[in-house]
Amino acid sequence: MLDETTVQIVTELDIVAARQLGRNEAKAIGFNKVDQARIATAISELAKNIFLYASVGKIIIKRITKNGNSEKGIAIIAIDKGPGIKDVGKVLDYSPAANNGAGLHAVKRLVDLIEIQSEIGMGTIVRIEKWLR
Amino acid sequence: MNILKQLKAQYKKILLDYILNQNESNLYIGQNLIKQLIQKNVTPEDVIGIHKQAIEEIYEDLPESISHAYDFLIELMVHFGLKVKEHQFLLLKQEEMRIEMDIAAKIQNLLLETTIPTPELLDIGMVSIPKRKMNGDYVHFLHDDENYLGVAVTDVVGKGVPAALCMSMVKYGLDTLGYANSNPSYVLEVLNKIIEKSVDDSMFVSLFYGRYNLNNDIFTWASAGHEPALYYRAKENIFYDLESKGLLLGILPEFKYIQHDVKLEKDDFLVLMTDGVTDFRKLEEFDSRGYIKQLAVSYSRLSAQQMCEEIYKDLERLQDFNLDDDFTIVIIKK
Ligand SMILES: Nc1ncnc2c1ncn2[C@@H]1O[C@H](COP(=O)(O)OP(=O)(O)OP(=O)(O)O)[C@@H](O)[C@H]1O
Ligand SMILES: [Mg+2]
Repeated sequence: MLDETTVQIVTELDIVAARQLGRNEAKAIGFNKVDQARIATAISELAKNIFLYASVGKIIIKRITKNGNSEKGIAIIAIDKGPGIKDVGKVLDYSPAANNGAGLHAVKRLVDLIEIQSEIGMGTIVRIEKWLR
Repeated sequence: MNILKQLKAQYKKILLDYILNQNESNLYIGQNLIKQLIQKNVTPEDVIGIHKQAIEEIYEDLPESISHAYDFLIELMVHFGLKVKEHQFLLLKQEEMRIEMDIAAKIQNLLLETTIPTPELLDIGMVSIPKRKMNGDYVHFLHDDENYLGVAVTDVVGKGVPAALCMSMVKYGLDTLGYANSNPSYVLEVLNKIIEKSVDDSMFVSLFYGRYNLNNDIFTWASAGHEPALYYRAKENIFYDLESKGLLLGILPEFKYIQHDVKLEKDDFLVLMTDGVTDFRKLEEFDSRGYIKQLAVSYSRLSAQQMCEEIYKDLERLQDFNLDDDFTIVIIKK
């Protein structure tokens, strides 16, 4: 398997494809079923945001290592050239009362790291990492 | 990690016990284990994962379809897990806010502390009890020499933090006015402008302002939409309502407030209060002002402070010790 795969997000079906790919990769790395479900859920939220707010974009799924290959993990990078997020801090910090408990705020809880770079009118890059324990 | 492994092993054992013998004690033990798991921040999807693993170990020939069904459930439960996390997060936030509120309330109490003046010729008493942590009522006395005593009784429409902040403005407005000899109508007009300018449109303040001339016992008052004070004339054994039609503060910047006078004689007294004293939501038909008059007369031999306290106790008892609003009463006796 390649170290890095990309899924273009154009239609809602592509969200499913990204989930599938992420799950397969997570499984190959050695994540258990519960973590596989978490990783797929996180990918799903990122891909859905691309689909909803930027129309098109891509999801990159990567194997990562640290401490001289002794620790393995997965990184997911969501990239789009959409409208950008106005207040990144706020989006991560709180979920609106009416929210169904998902969204970026929830993704933060499913993974070990989340980084958002976003510029109004330019696009958004979200990077998440989860490490195998 | 090791603890989790241990708990997993325990889970499997308890599950097996239950499968072999469906008795209540195994269920009880199972629930105790779950409590421990929750303490370790184990989420619903984790529990199903643990359950699935245990089942697969107990039944080596478990059909694959059953394992898939568990995976399906794990997938769906991820969102319940997020809800649980969200809930824990909100509980923490709530605790943080409670601590902040406590501090804010303490600061407010310091800022808005009322000292009751003790002019030689008058007996003054006061009780002010907030419904919640922050008091939406405020009493301010001005007494700079032996000529005049000024008293403001205020109620902010609205509760909690916004009301408390608004009240601080009223206090500083009154502090700036400074002199006890100011005309009540002037005091209200100045405060009205300050509040109209600086406070949110949804915030209204009612204020009763009185000035007692200690040389001739003339009490002059004006009111901005406030509960009328009571004036008891001992000679006639009659109460008069000290009414004065004036808009709440902060509505119309140029509003003119009108002031009125009354002359007090020996044993007369004044009862100033907020609507928390007279509004009994649970007893709508009740003539609360009439009742307060009766109480005031029956306690009129006591000191002003004792009168306030006894009236408070009575009204509190009447409403089953659960008042609907901030409660403030001031009594001034000649
Ligand atoms: N890729 C993106 N491009 C532009 N704006 C985005 C993007 N992702 C998120 N946002 C903005 O950030 C907000 C928060 O996103 P988040 O996914 O946390 O919640 P949501 O999408 O509103 O709700 P949910 O995901 O629960 O259905 C969105 O409402 C949207 O305005
Ligand atoms: Mg979203």
